[in-house]
Amino acid sequence: MSVSTERTISVTVNGVSRETTVPVRRLLSDALRHDLQLTGTHVGCEHGVCGACTVLVDGTPVRSCLVLAVQVDGKAVTTVEGLARDDGRGGEVLHPVQEAFRECHALQCGFCTPGFLMTMAAGLEARDRTTDITEDEVDEIVGGNLCRCTGYANIKKACRHAAGLMKDGDGA
Amino acid sequence: MTTKLMGEPVRRREDLRLITGRGRYTDDIGHGALAAAFVRSPYAHARITGIDVDAALDVDGVVAIYTYEDLVGPMAEPLPVLIPHPQLTAPRTGYPLARDVVQHVGEAVVMVVATDRYVAEDVCDRIAVAYEELPVVVGVDAAREAVHAVHEDVPDNVAARHHQETGDVEAALAASTHTLSFTQYIERSACMPMEGKGVHAVWNRDDSSLRVHTSTQASTSVRAAIAAKLQLSLEKVEVVAPDVGGGFGVKIVHPWPEELLVPMAAIALGQPVHWAEDRREHFISSAHERQQRQEITVGYDDGGRVTALDVRGWHDNGAYTPYGIIVPIVTATQLVGPYAIPVYRVRIDSVYTNTVIVTPYRGAGRPQGCYAMERTMDRIAQDLGLDRAEVRRRNLIGKDEFPYDHHLTFQDGRPVIYDSGDYEGLLDKLIALVGWDRAEERRAEAASRGKQLGIGMAMYVEGTGPGPYEGGHVQVLGSGKVLVSTGLTSQGQGHETAFAQIVAHELGVPIEDVEVTTGDTRRFGYAVGTFASRAAVMSGNAIALAARGVRAKALRIAAEVLEADVDDLEIDEGVVQVKGTPGTAIPLRTVAVLSNPLRYAFDEAARQATQFAGPGDDSKPPVAVGDAPGLEHVDYYSPIRSTFASGAHAAVVEIDPTTWEIEVVDYAVVHDCGNIVNPMIVEGQVHGGVAQGVGGALYERMAYDADGQLQNASFMDFLMPYASEVPDVVIDHQETPSPLNPLGLKGAGEAGVIPGTACIASAIEDAVGRRIAAMPISPTELYDLVRSPDAERVPAATTGVPA
Repeated sequence: MSVSTERTISVTVNGVSRETTVPVRRLLSDALRHDLQLTGTHVGCEHGVCGACTVLVDGTPVRSCLVLAVQVDGKAVTTVEGLARDDGRGGEVLHPVQEAFRECHALQCGFCTPGFLMTMAAGLEARDRTTDITEDEVDEIVGGNLCRCTGYANIKKACRHAAGLMKDGDGA
Repeated sequence: MTTKLMGEPVRRREDLRLITGRGRYTDDIGHGALAAAFVRSPYAHARITGIDVDAALDVDGVVAIYTYEDLVGPMAEPLPVLIPHPQLTAPRTGYPLARDVVQHVGEAVVMVVATDRYVAEDVCDRIAVAYEELPVVVGVDAAREAVHAVHEDVPDNVAARHHQETGDVEAALAASTHTLSFTQYIERSACMPMEGKGVHAVWNRDDSSLRVHTSTQASTSVRAAIAAKLQLSLEKVEVVAPDVGGGFGVKIVHPWPEELLVPMAAIALGQPVHWAEDRREHFISSAHERQQRQEITVGYDDGGRVTALDVRGWHDNGAYTPYGIIVPIVTATQLVGPYAIPVYRVRIDSVYTNTVIVTPYRGAGRPQGCYAMERTMDRIAQDLGLDRAEVRRRNLIGKDEFPYDHHLTFQDGRPVIYDSGDYEGLLDKLIALVGWDRAEERRAEAASRGKQLGIGMAMYVEGTGPGPYEGGHVQVLGSGKVLVSTGLTSQGQGHETAFAQIVAHELGVPIEDVEVTTGDTRRFGYAVGTFASRAAVMSGNAIALAARGVRAKALRIAAEVLEADVDDLEIDEGVVQVKGTPGTAIPLRTVAVLSNPLRYAFDEAARQATQFAGPGDDSKPPVAVGDAPGLEHVDYYSPIRSTFASGAHAAVVEIDPTTWEIEVVDYAVVHDCGNIVNPMIVEGQVHGGVAQGVGGALYERMAYDADGQLQNASFMDFLMPYASEVPDVVIDHQETPSPLNPLGLKGAGEAGVIPGTACIASAIEDAVGRRIAAMPISPTELYDLVRSPDAERVPAATTGVPA
């Protein structure tokens, strides 16, 4: 007995076109992690509350545990694995938010980190980069994700630091 | 010199893989494995009268279904009581799968294995378990009243009566100038790591070996438990803790039923089996902590000095006691904090309820003890009209009184003897850091904005780094790479970095050459685990000793080669050289090659080493008696007793008298963990602890109803702090090195959470002038309290004015 039917979807994941056949009930988070083996996206609560599973769909942060895989058919998904840029020499250039997290000790266990990185990258890329970031902006960007390790102080610090890097034109 | 890295804020070596999505947590491992899911009890207390799996057998993709009836040998016996204690007179543990009676909502009844988790859940939905409901006990008061029993054969619901005393407390109270008594409560919270538990097991039929990845704080003990329960030889079982997404205590408990059942299924089915705990499972089938009722009587003199303290407590241990009575023992023994208490008696009953088990959550009983002691100090101050800081000062153990013996027995069975500290120094720093003496000005300023401002403080002493031991292995390879391992596990504390700093410092090598592995039984077989703020103290010192052993051997070999005296040699940047004569030197990697007389020229290092190799002495064996080939050393650190870290926190709250919203506007921490390996990591631990302290004080509680249903078993309803709820934290450090261990370390992991509830309760009470005797407190509860004519009014105290 099968309770689900399957569907083949075409998704651009981290810049690469992928075609995969998934049961229609498959969550995007599960499709990324299990079907595409992109395990950098983590699932913390399955309710869209913690934000650990945040990915970008057509550039917008989305909680992949609240989206069905079939809903991203024809769209572009960016996960934490796609955040750094290829440096053209077989290496990678970290995104400013990744640099900032490392520089500011903004992670401990690292489980919530991909969600923060994706949310912050989108938030900082969307803002007017010619201006200094305000505390209200930091609170807005950081305020929707849960972290149980850091107490957020260093995540906020990383947000300010990354905003500075991106203002200087050093970023993505 | 880049190799002298102790005390430096070295950036973490863990981070690159974690920020690029290349971390490997348990659920990231084992693509294509079969998936396990569990049917769990929907009732808090019930007898299982039947399990019907017929409808489930038709589901495409079902592979196996297990109930208690399928468990054999040791698996059919109750789970172990890990830490027995003579006062734990009625220990009870469950079975891997429930047998006859379930004792809490969430207890595993049936395990399903299927082709994937979606299918496994479909199968679970089609299994019908019939129950006959039994009376339910929820909360310490219901447990005490014992109208109903959780366990039929424990009619009073008392698992243990923990009792310690240092003198005749009743006589001392009778002789005291003043006494006061009060009762207070603290609610349940839980660790709530962002990653739940998870187990992945692979059975290799060809050599009958089992490899298990599990999100644990104690991989060596999980290994031993699996070997014992599944009747495997220890050397055929390997357990690895990969990247672990937070622990905070819950993952020290072992073996969790799933850590036995998943390997059992992998062996039976001959296929890899995987289980990832979902968040609801974590809420209802892992562990909680904190709930206690405390009745306190204190005697004191006119100056506010305590003359006697009598604490009667009831501790809710949930349905079972696999982890013994560690939490109430810690409460009992850490309660006295930094104070000299002439006569102390503590009696805590650990009681059963039909709720999730209670095992250590960061702080592990200390937040409750601190809450008891610090609120006592506040009440003495209020009663005598003294400043709260001053009353504390008058009771502190003096700087010259160390070692200070409390005449109590700690969780490790060793005496509570404080090794070092300067508690008055902490208090002075805290008063300056938070601006205690400006509290009245701030209160007036806040009032002008329509806010009620309050300030509170709390001090603590934390026994850290308990034994019995940890070990470390350090090996220098011919490539110059330095391999370091310890059996103790990591859950985000930055051990790879801190331990590498220690080795780089001790051995004189660049940190880039050091590679650290933790929690992998393939690399190190003997370990205790990560809990009780013990990793840096225990494994840090063991690794330092191992590095010193390597250093001694390297110098001995190099001295022969360089024809120099050992005492004239030093190691810097990975090169052994004669001090002051840089030309006379040999790379450590070459020493590593020379340390092994079998030297096939597989690589350049071996070829180069031959130029240093002497002609050899035909009268002696190539490996001297008592020596061993290789430049490596294993050592263990086993402390005589715990070392005692300390600290003082202050919170400033502002309360909106319209909404009764409570905002922590300032939070100050003074922290003493002895010598510091990496201040960036220590401050990160403090930040995280404070956030959990704020959560425990204002937001987090396990909302059980009278039927034992957990009403808020999701992140939507269990309120953990987001960034918007956590105040900025200012930190000042004090360092009183421990005389007990080679590096002078004390633990730092748990401290941040310990005084949160106590100091925030004090601050709220100070703001609203009403007695706060139950924590956490919500705006609604505060509103009700302030409006209630029955609420006890607290005399307005002037803060910051010397009496």
